[in-house]
Amino acid sequence: MTGEASDRVRDEGFDEFLDALADGEGYYVECANGHGSLPPRRVCPHCGSTVLVDEPLPETGEVVTHTQVYVPTPAFAEDAPYVNAVVDFGAVRLTGQVLADAEDVTVGTTVEPAVSETATTGERLLVFEQR
Amino acid sequence: MTTVRVAGVGLTHFGTHPERTSRDLFAEAGLTALEEASVDRDDVEAVYYGNFMGELSEHQGHQGPLAAEALGVQAPATRYESACASSGVALRQAVRDVRNGEADLVVVGGAERMNNLSTAESTEALAIAADDLYEVRAGVTFPGAYAMMATAYFDQFGGTREDLAHIAVKNHENALVNEHAQYQREISVEDALDSPPVADPLHLYDACPVTDGASAVVLASEAYAERNDLDAGVAITGTGQGGDMMALHDREDVATSPAATEAAEEAYADADVAAGDVDLAEVHDCFTIAEVLATESLGFFETGEGVTAARDGVTTQHGDLPVNLSGGLKAKGHPVGATGTSQVAELTKLLRGDHVNSKYVPEARVGVAHNAGGTVASAVVHVMEAVE
Repeated sequence: MTGEASDRVRDEGFDEFLDALADGEGYYVECANGHGSLPPRRVCPHCGSTVLVDEPLPETGEVVTHTQVYVPTPAFAEDAPYVNAVVDFGAVRLTGQVLADAEDVTVGTTVEPAVSETATTGERLLVFEQR
Repeated sequence: MTTVRVAGVGLTHFGTHPERTSRDLFAEAGLTALEEASVDRDDVEAVYYGNFMGELSEHQGHQGPLAAEALGVQAPATRYESACASSGVALRQAVRDVRNGEADLVVVGGAERMNNLSTAESTEALAIAADDLYEVRAGVTFPGAYAMMATAYFDQFGGTREDLAHIAVKNHENALVNEHAQYQREISVEDALDSPPVADPLHLYDACPVTDGASAVVLASEAYAERNDLDAGVAITGTGQGGDMMALHDREDVATSPAATEAAEEAYADADVAAGDVDLAEVHDCFTIAEVLATESLGFFETGEGVTAARDGVTTQHGDLPVNLSGGLKAKGHPVGATGTSQVAELTKLLRGDHVNSKYVPEARVGVAHNAGGTVASAVVHVMEAVE
């Protein structure tokens, strides 16, 4: 099914988040007290505030930590080895795959988020490209 | 408020038993514990059962009643699921119920069947302890998540793969004579360093194995133990639980485990002990780096200083504070839902003096069990004391 649209039922909130990221218009949820979180949210997970607005995700972020995965789940069998990273965008952090060689990724590496698809199943995948 | 006594413990062999059902594994552990406790099974008032992946590995939900009937016990039974901390949280509930006078005699334990799955399937099953939308769909595996914690730890505090290898070597050495352990064989630092990578910087020998097994403990109120003249000289004197955001990226710091710190502080206060009073600990070393985070959260070492403890000999058999004398998850094995109560079973024997490794802690009075779920979004800590 590589390259074909997934027949997965959409996950409201999460899929809109990926749609926006794919269009270059990534966002996160910010509460009245300035805490960031990822959708779907009805309250801020940090303080319970119900005043939530979408804020644009910064264009780039910095790698907080990373690993190269050699033993994947079946859904990533043909993708391995790949580099996972947690990337800091200020108010929120995201986990994704870095489209780079492992030796080029260190703590502090600047990357840009995007949406690609997995080699194994063609499912949408949050990725980071080096800047 | 009554103190909670451990009246009996039971463990199966931890290892590769793909054809054994979890209900049969739990029956073996639970019946062993009941026999050791020498109690009338009609007195059992509740069964608390930990299991994580039964829906995936055995196509079985609603496992509480199965756990009770496996023991021939007619009592209400509930299954608890909190990833790798499943039987730890089951234990906490049981401890509180006995302590509050809700029950005088209960069985708590857990079981997991994993080796009937392929490596890829069990990797997938373990991964569901992470956030499906934001972590699993990005390819994060259970080893991958801990690998990212290790990368962050090394970056913030220092430490090397060789430091972590000493933890694996230590825990294998401890398991050598433990008949319940999956790996009763020595490994060297070189073996660990040369093993194949799973998720950098973690290699195969940094990781616990995939394990089938079960554990159980019988808990009694002090009054019941006295009334029935039970040989129950070990008490659970403190319980604590902590929580955190589910996804690693939603935590302020990915190189520490604050949920476990919270659980430890609560358990110590509950038992009125301090970290310095602890003589030995069984901690959740699903990966070598996890033992580091655990021992720091338990207050044995300052943050960033626990990584060399095994290498320096502090946590080894002859060290000041032996950690994972059972072999830990690393060498004894990690049948996920059984792990929390297996730690308590091992500590009970170590404190009673009838564990094969009790000789290393002959004067021990206070033990601590640390059980963690996922990347420590759940953590439960229990303090155990030799009271007789």
